[in-house]
Amino acid sequence: MIQDLVVYLVFITYAISVLMGFGTILTWVERKQSAVMSDRIGANRAYIRIPFTQIKLVWWGLFHGMADGLKLLLKEDFKPKTYDWYAYMVAPWVVFVPVLLVFAVVPFGGVLIPGQLFPGLAGWFGDRAYPMQIANLDAGLLIVFAFGGMTIIGAMLAGWSSANKYSLLGALRAGSQMISYELIMAMTLLGLIFIYGTIDLDEIVRYQSGVVLGFLPAWGVVLQPFAATLFLTAAIAENKRIPFDLPEAESELIAGYFTEYSGMKMGLFMFAEFIEIAIIAALFTTLFLGGYNLPYMTDAGFRFPGGVEIAMSHGAVVVTQLVVFLAKVFVMCSFQILIRWSLPRFRWDQVLRFAWKFMFPLALANLIVTVLFVWALG
Amino acid sequence: MKTKPYVRKQYWNEPTMGWWERAYLPEILRGLAITSTVFLRNMFKWVTGRKGALTTYYPEETRWDYAAGNRGKHVLTRRPDGSPQCIACNMCATVCPAKVIEIDAGFDPDDTAHPKFPTRFEIDYSRCIFCGLCVEACPEDAIRMLKEVPNLPSRDRREMWIAREELLNWQPRDDVAKPYPAPPAASSARSQP
Repeated sequence: MIQDLVVYLVFITYAISVLMGFGTILTWVERKQSAVMSDRIGANRAYIRIPFTQIKLVWWGLFHGMADGLKLLLKEDFKPKTYDWYAYMVAPWVVFVPVLLVFAVVPFGGVLIPGQLFPGLAGWFGDRAYPMQIANLDAGLLIVFAFGGMTIIGAMLAGWSSANKYSLLGALRAGSQMISYELIMAMTLLGLIFIYGTIDLDEIVRYQSGVVLGFLPAWGVVLQPFAATLFLTAAIAENKRIPFDLPEAESELIAGYFTEYSGMKMGLFMFAEFIEIAIIAALFTTLFLGGYNLPYMTDAGFRFPGGVEIAMSHGAVVVTQLVVFLAKVFVMCSFQILIRWSLPRFRWDQVLRFAWKFMFPLALANLIVTVLFVWALG
Repeated sequence: MKTKPYVRKQYWNEPTMGWWERAYLPEILRGLAITSTVFLRNMFKWVTGRKGALTTYYPEETRWDYAAGNRGKHVLTRRPDGSPQCIACNMCATVCPAKVIEIDAGFDPDDTAHPKFPTRFEIDYSRCIFCGLCVEACPEDAIRMLKEVPNLPSRDRREMWIAREELLNWQPRDDVAKPYPAPPAASSARSQP
């Protein structure tokens, strides 16, 4: 059992460092990508000087994130006078923690057999095999929605407790918007669940390494292109980013529900938002882009449609899967940032009308067509 | 109380959308295609060692397309012997609306024509508004403005002064009004009197 503990400690460390790393890197990627998209240079002034030398490491402004963190830590921690102390203090954490917890059920690699990977430890590990995810739960998708829905509570708490009308308006908007789009996310995924026949994320990924129509990889985006688009849209709306950033629309509500937060508490809200970009990318990768596998790839190696098989050693498979997962997540993050810097903001009535009168019927239609197909094809 | 029913105002430039625009997704994809094309083009330029931005990296790099009429830096003209033409009359300092010119006068008994000269002539560029009134006020044509920009970004406003030594770098290659002093290499001199 001590072996399990060691392996899961390694998994947890990996997952948390991946999320924190993505959260930090994405602040830089967002700045730089938006700059390049709009013919600008972007952040490039912060540097680290190697001690006792005059060598300044600028690295294309990569250290601006660190400078931001330092600034947030050193800022005055302003608190409004008429606030609800307990709810005000707990709200950033209620936003931040569930975002991290969602990643617990996302598989970031296939099955790991430490005995094969490290022959020196084979005697200790035996032939134990661990799927590379923190919690291998049957109810994977349900956990995702359960924890994903909890961030609404944090936003509402923050808006309610800071005793500010802008915060309250932002919280109201956040509440109605996130509940609407949560529903749509679930509706779009129902069709996928009908096809895969499971809500265990690891099983879903394994299903996607097969083929459909003889040659196409059985990725969710191939089986359900419509649901993929709807899911991504709803997920961006759920994350409250432009074009759906009504809860924190600067021009209308200052900063929305975290108007009264400053310093590192505000930093937590921002960090949660950036990590949620990575979470959405990870979920989209897992559900629609074949997860940690390349096309036609399984835990044993490649199996191409023509019947050609390429076997891979266990170490090569593990490394490939880890790298492929990170690469896919990064590409999806970049795509979300592309959307954020391309589209203008909706009006508030348009956001809800878009949800209930446009996306919800489409999600229902998609579900009905999927069900009919699954029923007809047995 | 009778109220008129609200009639929505019709604007002359009311947007018209066909079914293609109303379908929403194609136009969104078109927009994303445009922005990602710009991104890829600029990224390709950066990766291949060229500059993929329209903005400039200011203190290290200044724009080449400053306006032809831009006057951003002062210069003090000189007499043929190299001494400043300024007679320290303080007219520029008096007329200066931002009060940025500071002059200390000195006395030179050997130069009977111009016994007064500036020992200190400093301009505070953190406050200068570049109006050019000092140039107009000068009776001796001793101060002029150049097309350059002072290029003094600094963290401390006290470092943004330019003193006499730097202002005296007038390079009269071809100046019809003041054909002197003769440049050291006589080959480039066009109009010697």
